[in-house]
Amino acid sequence: MSEQLTFTYSIDGDDFTRAGEASSSVKNKLKMLGVSSEAIRKVAIAMYEGEINMVIHADGGTIDVSVSDDDITMVLADKGPGIPDIDKAMQEGYSTAREEVRSLGFGAGMGLPNMKRFTDEMQIDTVLGEGTTITMKVHL
Amino acid sequence: MKLKDILALPECRVLAEGNPQREISRVFCCDLLSVAMGKAPADGVWVTVMGNRNTLAVASLTDTACIVLAEGISLDEGTLAKAGEEGIAVLATDLPAFDIALEIYQAGFA
Repeated sequence: MSEQLTFTYSIDGDDFTRAGEASSSVKNKLKMLGVSSEAIRKVAIAMYEGEINMVIHADGGTIDVSVSDDDITMVLADKGPGIPDIDKAMQEGYSTAREEVRSLGFGAGMGLPNMKRFTDEMQIDTVLGEGTTITMKVHL
Repeated sequence: MKLKDILALPECRVLAEGNPQREISRVFCCDLLSVAMGKAPADGVWVTVMGNRNTLAVASLTDTACIVLAEGISLDEGTLAKAGEEGIAVLATDLPAFDIALEIYQAGFA
């Protein structure tokens, strides 16, 4: 039986140049733990999309990543505005991102769809005006 | 095709060398980082006109081997230094994206 490892990251709101640092750090840690490169790629992509979303929409938040023998679980929690219509938000191409965000190459409405595509399980818990918590799992 | 064959193309300026022996999988063109995030192939050459720090972050997370900046676009020194640390090659060219992508394809995949 092995111990579950958890890494916690605080995501800075509104700092685009630093978005990706947490995902990058997780990627390196998983590499050192000997996780398959396919699983690492999925975790890195899903988590980076989540990080970008937190910067764009929620003024940052926290991400907990835990690694067990069976899966990698990412819990992304923010105190942002919440998601009014999850079905719409899950549609590719639907976006509420600001123009300056789009000019950087983001905000194409691919974030949540990519997160779903690259993970094996995803759950969104959102309360308008209070925040959103997204839990994603990648099976090993 | 190996990365060194792309580094040797006369139209490209090498801004960061990466690992010249790395085996290249495919050529990929895209400017929307959101789309590239989901679609850029591992070990690929990614041709884009989007040159900012997030371009490197996306390349790193998707295991892209080489970024090719088309249309005379460049990256700032800090980002290039980070590309060096991460072992990702960065090339720049004045050619349009299609032209340089075709050239890379013909040099190694045709």
